[in-house]
Amino acid sequence: MSDSSTALRDAQGPYFGRFGGQFLPEALLPALHEVSETYEKALVDPEFTSELSRLAREYSGRPSLLSEAPRFSRLTGGARILLKREDLNHTGSHKINNVIGQALLTLRMGKKRVIAETGAGQHGVATATAAALFGLDCTIYMGEEDTRRQALNVARMRLLGAEVVPVTHGSRTLKDAINEAFRDWVTNVETSNYIFGTAAGPHPFPSLVRDFQKVIGEEAREQVLALTGSLPDAVIACVGGGSNAIGMFHAFLDDADVRLIGCEAAGDGVDTPFHAATISKGRPGVLHGARSFMLQDDDGQTIESHSISAGLDYPGVGPEHSWLADIGRAEYRGITDAEAMDAFALLSMTEGIMPAIESSHALAGAIALGKELGEGAVIIVNLSGRGDKDVHTASEWFGLLDGDPADETDDGTEPEEAEPTGTDGLTRHGRADLTALRDLARSTMPAATAGQDITEDRA
Amino acid sequence: MSERLRSADVIDAALDQGRPALIGYLPVGFPSVEASIAAARTLIDHGVDAIELGLPYSDPVMDGAVIQEAATAALAAGTRTSDVLRAVEALSGRGAAIMVMSYWNPILARGVEPFARRFADAGGAGLITPDLIPDEASDWIEASDRHGLDRVFLVAPSSPRERLAYVAERTRGFVYAASTMGVTGTRTSVSDATAGLVERTRAAGAQRVCVGLGVSTGAQAAQVGAYADGVIVGSAFVKAIMAGEGDLGALAQTAQDLRAGVDRARAGAADGSPR
Repeated sequence: MSDSSTALRDAQGPYFGRFGGQFLPEALLPALHEVSETYEKALVDPEFTSELSRLAREYSGRPSLLSEAPRFSRLTGGARILLKREDLNHTGSHKINNVIGQALLTLRMGKKRVIAETGAGQHGVATATAAALFGLDCTIYMGEEDTRRQALNVARMRLLGAEVVPVTHGSRTLKDAINEAFRDWVTNVETSNYIFGTAAGPHPFPSLVRDFQKVIGEEAREQVLALTGSLPDAVIACVGGGSNAIGMFHAFLDDADVRLIGCEAAGDGVDTPFHAATISKGRPGVLHGARSFMLQDDDGQTIESHSISAGLDYPGVGPEHSWLADIGRAEYRGITDAEAMDAFALLSMTEGIMPAIESSHALAGAIALGKELGEGAVIIVNLSGRGDKDVHTASEWFGLLDGDPADETDDGTEPEEAEPTGTDGLTRHGRADLTALRDLARSTMPAATAGQDITEDRA
Repeated sequence: MSERLRSADVIDAALDQGRPALIGYLPVGFPSVEASIAAARTLIDHGVDAIELGLPYSDPVMDGAVIQEAATAALAAGTRTSDVLRAVEALSGRGAAIMVMSYWNPILARGVEPFARRFADAGGAGLITPDLIPDEASDWIEASDRHGLDRVFLVAPSSPRERLAYVAERTRGFVYAASTMGVTGTRTSVSDATAGLVERTRAAGAQRVCVGLGVSTGAQAAQVGAYADGVIVGSAFVKAIMAGEGDLGALAQTAQDLRAGVDRARAGAADGSPR
């Protein structure tokens, strides 16, 4: 509950403005109360907070680095890009921050089994990891379509001892995995805790998940002050459900001069039917326990989202983001598959850091934003995860599987005409070929070496 | 308007006959809108007191595999909210109360007040809202009062006493008691603990308590009907429609079997009323 006299950081739910709440079966209400109560007690219990920070330090690898990205910065019109390296966390993404917290709560509740949904598999892997660490049984629900896109993560979860259940209902993606996890929870609530993966869902999940993720922004804020002596001009993050973004934004909410920018997945484009740009193109409704922006038709049926990124392929979004959009504190923009994939390759080639496709949406947003803000602007990008899991998807996208890079692909879709913008050589809606991206990446080499003929090394 | 039956009308009439009411669920649009209306008529003609029309929804978190499959097919066939209102209109005035079971977003999308007005005009008795708790329902509570509609909220075995009281106070028509922790679907047995839940819900102030989730046979209906004011059956009817492949004979048979179950539920009791 907040009014104009309250700091934005103090918003705690169950409502964020006109968003949030608890729209779910009465049967689950006691379980949600138990989670809330356990959490509120834990927050003020030094035993819990010190255990959480010990695990963050000794198990997850926190604090994560804030890295300069000098070559990548040259692609952004001279902005100074700083990467918050959540990709370096144990399990390879920000998801571990939340999962360790919720797994500790599970132990406090005396429950022996955890369930979770997963899209890209990052939350599922993190949950399976925490289950292994704490000796809990673990069932992960994952849309069948996503088990195909993210086969490597399915194997990782199984190797970690978790049961992975492919969900064959509906669109067979993240939203359907959440439905199935709720069905499991309502059936097994006595013994099981639902480790919700994003800052969405019914109260208390939006605030609870945010509280476990806000360490990202708190660290980044300290790190950028230490590095540059001032706050950044903008922070930018990708938004699916929105946990990495809210984790990054939260520390900066009351720094009015810091722009907060969320990058939604625009798929084929926000003006096509194939996107996941919930805030940009949706309207308020109730999905998965909360009132928030969502993609829906006139009858309130959920519209299936589309994104090359399984982790952003979700037709809803956390209520705090809807509120921040409503009050104009944060901006939300669409990034197409093509823009994200360009950024995926460009960060890999310019910095030797392969980002998750999810995070690549934030990187693509940073390229555009840097050009808007101009020389010297400081932008922190939340690099929410690493891209190892996405090598197969990227190889398909860039046509690497049959040998040489080509713009022909074997996924059954016709490659569109590449449409260079004319200023930076980047494609906008078409599919770039890797050679063009490599040329662009080489243009960022330091002047002394940029002109020299270095050995071609086919990636 | 005079012939618009509310759920309390048919439940109380059944109790006066010394038996609990039989309430049948069917998703509108499965296998087609017309066929689902015909199926609901079959239920009414074979002893069902109240129809619970399911508004098919893309994300039905309280439904098991059978009803999910039917709802998915109904949506794929193009079923709209307006079809549900048309079905209500077609079925009202035939001696049964016509309820609609809907997840909350389709109602929100229509606008709570406009939906309530149209629904009441069509002859609807009220709404059963599986993912709407009374705490979030202030708009609906106002609209249902304004238009004389039942609002059926749910309770579950997990519900503590204060929630039972809270829900009972805000319910009109009947409280829907979930027999089990779980989703819709047929089960081989209905937990003995259900009687206790019904008892606690009454003690918390509910006038009428009907039991759903997992009831599929006449024997289960008789068992549950011994203590509940109404017995709600869903997946068993949907399965009968699936098995019939266009022939409603199996559905009629299932309805008769369940009706026989509720008819004998209190055969041993001197006074039919549990109250």
